[in-house]
Amino acid sequence: MIRVVLPYHLRTLARVEGEVQLELSGPLTFGELIDALERRYPALRGTLRDPSTRRRRPFLRFFACGEDLSHQPLEALLPEAVSCGAEPILVVGAVAGG
Amino acid sequence: MSSVRLLVGTRKGAFILTADGSRRDWEISGPHFGGWEIYHLKGSPADPSRIYASRWNAWFGQIVQRSDDGGVSWRAVGNEFAYDGEGATHQWYDGTPHPFEFKRVWHFEPSASDPDTVYAGVEDAALFRSIDGGLTWQELAGLRRQGSSAQWQPGAGGLCLHTILLDPRQDRIWAAISAAGAFRSDDGGGNWRPINRGLRSDYLPAPEAEIGHCVHRIAAHPARPQTLYMQKHWDVMRSDDAGQTWYEISGNLPSDFGFVIEVHAHEPETIYVVPIKSDSEHYPPDGALRVWRSRRGGHDWEPLSSGLPQSNCWVNVLREAMAVDSLDPCGVYFGTTGGQVYASSDSGDHWEAIVRDLPPVLSVEAQTLP
Repeated sequence: MIRVVLPYHLRTLARVEGEVQLELSGPLTFGELIDALERRYPALRGTLRDPSTRRRRPFLRFFACGEDLSHQPLEALLPEAVSCGAEPILVVGAVAGG
Repeated sequence: MSSVRLLVGTRKGAFILTADGSRRDWEISGPHFGGWEIYHLKGSPADPSRIYASRWNAWFGQIVQRSDDGGVSWRAVGNEFAYDGEGATHQWYDGTPHPFEFKRVWHFEPSASDPDTVYAGVEDAALFRSIDGGLTWQELAGLRRQGSSAQWQPGAGGLCLHTILLDPRQDRIWAAISAAGAFRSDDGGGNWRPINRGLRSDYLPAPEAEIGHCVHRIAAHPARPQTLYMQKHWDVMRSDDAGQTWYEISGNLPSDFGFVIEVHAHEPETIYVVPIKSDSEHYPPDGALRVWRSRRGGHDWEPLSSGLPQSNCWVNVLREAMAVDSLDPCGVYFGTTGGQVYASSDSGDHWEAIVRDLPPVLSVEAQTLP
């Protein structure tokens, strides 16, 4: 099981409350995680990465296990603690006023 | 009794304002999609319960929302706008080639006859069409392939395709791009050509160039689509030959800079603009908010100020933020960057603010319901 903490606007868009849990197991890449999120919650398609360029949206960060994993390539494996559900992965929007 | 539904897009969500045909008491629902920039909402003429909305923010990009029940409930549909082909570029601000990259939808134009067919004008400038109710989008790539797109250059607001007009009687489509100009297709969007003869923009090295004009908005009366009215960056213009040639109709306006232009629902020669002081000062002249109306298709304009603030008013009225209903007398509506939506139920003679404290208004559309 993978645990994902989405920011407010994406929880609203996906119509979920609290942490999202995806029934996935084994070693998993960032790209596979986003694919699974978009399959489970189609309203999130294109919100984490640009659908054309496949690049992570620049105002988003991915944190897990106390580290910023945002610059990992989509092919990189998620930390084992995330893959086994011990730690959530946090999707965090850049802070902004206004 | 007929009723009116206003679809208002703002910097922080969408609002839906409804009233019966008297247009005296307005009910406000929203914010829908709170916290998101809603560039535009528009209902299908063929099925007014079908509404398309452009929902965007800098963090999560573009969402396309669709309602099938007049804005009571919504669902996200397709948001993949893939440009046809690779490698095409437009000019960047510094004059260097820059690839076309999708940023957001500025305008939806639903088909007059089919609720599932809708056109989307996007930034970077391109025209897309969906024939499945917004689930998938295909570019009408002939617009970018007609030869001039490598010269297109963004205005300060981005390289946006913001105006789409569909001829109700034939396969003709008009589109306008800031800051490239106006374009027309006579075959339903396959082939396009620039239609900017007569436009003059003194900020261009060649002021009468075919490409480079910052068109802010084009409007037409459905019964007279040969006649087009344009609010350009500077100058209010008119064409009587479907855009082949344009001539200026700014006449006695206090400023011919502005964003909106709209046509009366029943009088094809009655048009409305909101003059803005200048491109450096985006507020009304003298801090007095006035709609100017011409009943002669331009040249002669009268100020309409009854019910509008005539001092210390420093708001702007953006290009999508004016609309008319089709009741008689015609209702006219506009929204401001100060969050007011003003309505007139007598063709502009008198105005009142039907809501005052919304976020900055980006767009206003009116639906007249049976």
